[in-house]
Amino acid sequence: MNKETNIFKKIVGNQLFIPLVALLILIVFNLINDPSFFALTIQNNIYGYPVLSGSIVSIIDFGSELAILAIGMTIVTAASGGQDISVGAVIAISGSTMLRALCGTNPQPETLRTSIFVAFLVGVIAAMICGAFNGLLVAFFKIPPMVATLILYTAGRSIAAWINENRLPMIYEPKFGYIGNFIPGIPIPTPVFIAAACMLVIALLHKFTNLKLYTQAVGINEESSRLNGINPKLIKFSVFVILGVFVAVAALIKVTRISTITYSVIAKDIEMDAILAVALGGNSLSGGKYNVWASVLGAYVIQFLTTTLYKLQVRSDALPAYKAVVVIILVVISSPIVRDKFSRISKNLKSKKTENGGV
Amino acid sequence: MQEGTVLEMRGIHKSFPGVHALQGVQFTLRKGEIHALMGENGAGKSTLIKVLTGVYSKDEGTIMLEGHPGEVTIKSPQDAQNAGISTVYQEITLCPNLSVAENMFIGRATSGKFQNWKEMNKAADKLLKNLDIPAQATKQLGNYSIAVQQMVAIARAVDLDCKVLILDEPTSSLDEQEVEKLFKLMRDLKSRGVGIIFVTHFLDQVYAVSDRITVLRDGKFIGEYTVAELPRLKLVSTMLGKEMDDMADIKEDKNAVSQKDEIPVLEASNLQSTSGIKPFDFYINKGEVNGFTGLLGSGRSECVRALFGADKTLGGVIKIEGKRIKIAAPIDAMKRGIAYLPEDRKNDGIIGDLSVKDNIIIALQVLEGFFKPLSEKEKNKFAEEYIKLLDIKTASPETPIKSLSGGNQQKCILARWLLTHPNYLILDEPTRGIDVGTKVDIQKLVLKLASEGMSITFISSEQDEMIRTCSRLIVMRDGRVVGELTGDDISQSKIMSTIAGE
Repeated sequence: MNKETNIFKKIVGNQLFIPLVALLILIVFNLINDPSFFALTIQNNIYGYPVLSGSIVSIIDFGSELAILAIGMTIVTAASGGQDISVGAVIAISGSTMLRALCGTNPQPETLRTSIFVAFLVGVIAAMICGAFNGLLVAFFKIPPMVATLILYTAGRSIAAWINENRLPMIYEPKFGYIGNFIPGIPIPTPVFIAAACMLVIALLHKFTNLKLYTQAVGINEESSRLNGINPKLIKFSVFVILGVFVAVAALIKVTRISTITYSVIAKDIEMDAILAVALGGNSLSGGKYNVWASVLGAYVIQFLTTTLYKLQVRSDALPAYKAVVVIILVVISSPIVRDKFSRISKNLKSKKTENGGV
Repeated sequence: MQEGTVLEMRGIHKSFPGVHALQGVQFTLRKGEIHALMGENGAGKSTLIKVLTGVYSKDEGTIMLEGHPGEVTIKSPQDAQNAGISTVYQEITLCPNLSVAENMFIGRATSGKFQNWKEMNKAADKLLKNLDIPAQATKQLGNYSIAVQQMVAIARAVDLDCKVLILDEPTSSLDEQEVEKLFKLMRDLKSRGVGIIFVTHFLDQVYAVSDRITVLRDGKFIGEYTVAELPRLKLVSTMLGKEMDDMADIKEDKNAVSQKDEIPVLEASNLQSTSGIKPFDFYINKGEVNGFTGLLGSGRSECVRALFGADKTLGGVIKIEGKRIKIAAPIDAMKRGIAYLPEDRKNDGIIGDLSVKDNIIIALQVLEGFFKPLSEKEKNKFAEEYIKLLDIKTASPETPIKSLSGGNQQKCILARWLLTHPNYLILDEPTRGIDVGTKVDIQKLVLKLASEGMSITFISSEQDEMIRTCSRLIVMRDGRVVGELTGDDISQSKIMSTIAGE
């Protein structure tokens, strides 16, 4: 019996437990409400290619950007003990830079000025510069991350508009649209592959570098880390730059979905969802130990929730309020106080059982 | 409860996952008595104190207090305070970013709705003056040394109208004069009828002030004795649960100082750092054990921190095996085979949430480099090897280091640096807050490592430890090196007179 309770404890104690339970509840809810939610169909899209469609596909598809951001946000949170609230605005900057590289001064070019890959690289550099700016303020000037990133949060979208001189560039090249939608002949949305690639990258980083050990050590005890030869400033700076790369990937997906950009709306409020994904994954928002997979799972749970609410015909302006209710419940359940209470209750149950068994 | 008893604890049980920390422990405190609570690390002293002060809830047992009919339940530190139980913990639990007065009065009911700041500062100043504590009420607490912060914590506890005062390792960061002051204060409180529970590792101090001793071992109650009943050696053997071979055998291992003309492993001249110490010269030879001594705050730690690059150096030259090198950050020192076990274990040593394993391998890992992570297999091998070698008591290598007792945390940090196989090992207060058995082990280890060719600088507040282990002592006063003692000159009286400058 002891073994049983140990396994039980291990499952409950696992960081993936809360997001998994949330996911399960959402699945069960949708099964009861409308089983067709899980229907997978092959339909021809507007270009006439057969593609997979259904709510599940759209969750995994549209959750891609959030999952990618959650990876970077987790690492930033771990090392700096704070969050980057400028990711949405930096997506606008990075996306705008990509379009500018492709279009030049002509907002609706017939031929692209450069290859999509080069444009993406330019966007990556732009996002990394933004990350470096944030990182500089946090690591070297010791400004709290939320405050430091507030600058780009406020100014970012204006900068994005300025980069394209407030024009609305449109890309008619179909290959550009493949990235954010479907590649002809492949029925699975392309962003899914991109998100998977990002996960692979972080898995490889964890395997072949000490990223996890260093960021956690710096997040837990900066002074100790320094005395063990780690350069905490460099680590803090680097995590923001790394987040910049993930932001650029998310920006690429965002602009290729619609082949244009709306400076004030693109990736709006996505930073809050990304932070929420980190918290939902049971990671401490004050830094230290982390589990990046729990954050990724958290990201998809949030997307699942959003899609479910849409299916329930919740108006899009009322969406945040419904989301908030769910968030409160999840965050309270995963708080240490409630967890402690749970474990105490289960312990009491256990001791009662043994007492009864003894008599 | 008997007449004259202020506190009685009976049959206290407390378990943590994997550990039965207290197993039917009892403790009785009488009025106007200083009662030492003794035991090795992990014997359950701190757990018992935390149960009494409401930090942990007990699983079983009764607590009775004078003036409270029947059993009392203490659910929180606030409850304990209201019941007249005040505590000063080993680690400073005050807020360094608040003022001294705020720290002394924080969380305490005031007469009105509003805090009268002026009056509060005045009251704080008066109390500080009464107790002869060199601190100002309005200054930020963090500006003061750990010793002064500790005394403020005591002042805070004393001022709370307490019946039971718990001092958990209060002296571990105080120098002798400060300890004397504290003792005076303790005797004063005792004569006013306060019962004092005194937890310490310093045997001398137990015999200097205590009336009675309760010994715990492995979470069990071993016995309650009057001081007369339990002479020193018997106390140690009771705590360890075995007869201890005398510490005297350590001294025989001590090496003679090596010849002067060889090239030192490390040599510093005119070294100066941002910490405010005066420029100093230093050298250490292969296989030598030397030490910095002096009063607390005399600059002992600052000297070794400068050698390791923990504080930024402002000037001077460091040579390793005759070659001039630059140490801009700890990593530069580590790459040259220097290891440093810092004084402040909690803030500078452990990485609390990380596992024992990660805490052990981290320095080696950093030396290997960012792009060369050790495999899980190697990490486990190293961790297990050193857990065994240093006899670290931990449930598993995956246990977070913060849940270990202080002594075992210290062993992990020691393991961390031994794993890097340094040429030169700096140990700053490695034995602070550690039980007698481990202290002896660490001193023996130091001498063994030195005999194998490692150079070691050893700093300890306990002079007899330094006298036993070091073959050369550098004496500090007010941030300045004021003397060097070797051979027969290394004695208590000679150190004293050098510190005093006679």
